[in-house]
Amino acid sequence: MTTTADRSALPDERGYFGGFGGRYVPETLMPALAELEEAYRAAREDAAFGEELDRLLREFVGRPTPITRADRLAERIAGEGAPRVYLKREDLTHTGAHKINAALAQGLLAQRMGKPRIVAETGAGQHGVATATACALLGLECVVYMGAEDVRRQALNVFRMKLLGAEVRTVESGSRTLKDAINEAIRDWVTNVRTTHYLLGSVVGPHPYPLLVRDFQAVIGHEARAQLIEAEGRLPSIALACVGGGSNAIGLFHAFVDDPVRLIGVEAAGEGLEGRHAAPLAAGAPGVLHGSRSYLLQDAHGQVTEAHSISAGLDYPGVGPEHAWLKVSERAEYVSVTDAEALAAFRLLSETEGIIPALEPAHALAHLARLLPELGEDELVLVNLSGRGDKDMGTVADALGVTL
Amino acid sequence: MTDRIAQLFERTRAEGRPALIAFVPGCWPEPDATPGIVRALLEGGADAVELGVPFSDPLADGVTNQAAYQQALDAGVTQDDVLASVRALREDGVSAPLLLMGYFNPMLARGTASFTRAAAEAGVDGLVVVDLPVEEAAELAEPARAHGVHLVYLLAPTSTRERIAAVGEHGSGFVYCVSVTGVTGARAQVSEELPAFIARVREHAALPLAVGFGISAREHVEEVGRIADAAIVGSAVVQTISEAPRERRHDAVRGLMERLSGRATAKAAAS
Repeated sequence: MTTTADRSALPDERGYFGGFGGRYVPETLMPALAELEEAYRAAREDAAFGEELDRLLREFVGRPTPITRADRLAERIAGEGAPRVYLKREDLTHTGAHKINAALAQGLLAQRMGKPRIVAETGAGQHGVATATACALLGLECVVYMGAEDVRRQALNVFRMKLLGAEVRTVESGSRTLKDAINEAIRDWVTNVRTTHYLLGSVVGPHPYPLLVRDFQAVIGHEARAQLIEAEGRLPSIALACVGGGSNAIGLFHAFVDDPVRLIGVEAAGEGLEGRHAAPLAAGAPGVLHGSRSYLLQDAHGQVTEAHSISAGLDYPGVGPEHAWLKVSERAEYVSVTDAEALAAFRLLSETEGIIPALEPAHALAHLARLLPELGEDELVLVNLSGRGDKDMGTVADALGVTL
Repeated sequence: MTDRIAQLFERTRAEGRPALIAFVPGCWPEPDATPGIVRALLEGGADAVELGVPFSDPLADGVTNQAAYQQALDAGVTQDDVLASVRALREDGVSAPLLLMGYFNPMLARGTASFTRAAAEAGVDGLVVVDLPVEEAAELAEPARAHGVHLVYLLAPTSTRERIAAVGEHGSGFVYCVSVTGVTGARAQVSEELPAFIARVREHAALPLAVGFGISAREHVEEVGRIADAAIVGSAVVQTISEAPRERRHDAVRGLMERLSGRATAKAAAS
């Protein structure tokens, strides 16, 4: 029996959250993972590391990000007497999404390990841009792997990464999207492991990545918790976030996991759970992908199937092992919303609050629109607005049939 | 039960030569291609064959194997089809060790107990699972042992002494020593750090040592033979099959193995 006090103490020393997590990687990488874990534990004990990271988060990223009360949004959805809704404004960070938090921290960690070269994967390009930014700031060599399909969809982010001094390598294998970019980044890492740190962008992959990316993103929830207590004198009753790999959701949830707060993760149902989607927690099965055991989209023979979402950042067939654990232990609820619902929420927030969200958190907002009318007036909802929508202008214009 | 792998190493040690192990993706280039290719490999001088089980995300493999796996998957090949090829070879009287090399998820999806039983019944002698390090292997190792199938672990030049010792303790059949820090694929020469790496493994592991990744020429086999018990040839086989016209395929595969095993030079010297 796991007590609530145990929850925030996971993963265990083998990197497991209940039955999920672990290290399913080629032997060549095992020592590098042990080295990374060791470096991370040492850094965590080292006040100087924490101070340097805090300074960069403050002076470079612009933390703390505010929380914003979204009254017009809440009223548009649920009318007079709607419960209060707050948005955690990760869209206001430098580079425009929460990804920068973990990218900078891992860049500092790579420096500590004496590894001058960084490889990373990117889907939409947000993590690639964040990584390229951190590498430019810290003077690290940067190679970003990106699926050919995503390179085409996200030409602007490719150009950004190049301006920041990164080399962008196009991946033509497999489905030519995020999962194939991860395969290529891992191949590069296997080959160059002695000089290279793999700067993984989400709470996926082998231990210790799900642990360290969570810890580096937990700043989101810790800030929001203190800010909400100051603004409202209480905790939220519900914390809501979108889930692809799941880093912004874990970053929000972690501060509340031992509190009486409903945690809700929103996956991408794409064209619907009967069709093409990216919702492994809702419609996948446990298995092993990219180094850890978690839920994933797969066929009856254990072959990984392709994901689909209008949001490139959620277009991934796997999900972080801690989410799998939060699901089976029933600590968090997981729901899904379609491309069309996310698009509607994208427009709704833009029109009511003057904030154009990224398509990823638009999924969380879409579930808010379903949830809010059912809630009592005294509920307090916190939504993680994980990024801004500038990167999605082309995609949204296409979806709405607009030629720019 | 006959331990074909142990018998092979007894024989090659007695003959004072390294065993030659060939790798080829299972059910590739066509779903029914494997029995003929395996026979040609063995005729040319391979002592054992590893059949790759196609996987959608083969992250320890280079482009050559990845493309072959994708081709097999596109043709609808499953793990069961690879097992059926092994069964056909056994029914045809093939007695050389046959192993499966693959990734963990397809085995997990079937259930490790059910999978190892099916593998043993088909006539599989060993499993090499590239993304299953010794720490995570218990749920496959136990049923494999129960069914008399060796679970072969990999070691890499980056492996620490503790990890080498763990593989020495838990390993079975032989140890697959990855010659380079990298993915599968042909390379011009064998890594310079190989002798030191093999010496480190010898210190802590009594099992036969097989060296793979990047072995593609007779000189590589000879070099490996001086320090280890077996050489594993993979991408060179895949390339040979890819480049040969279909009607010449078996001759090409046999010829490659004759060159790698040294039979070709022996033949030339005799004539």
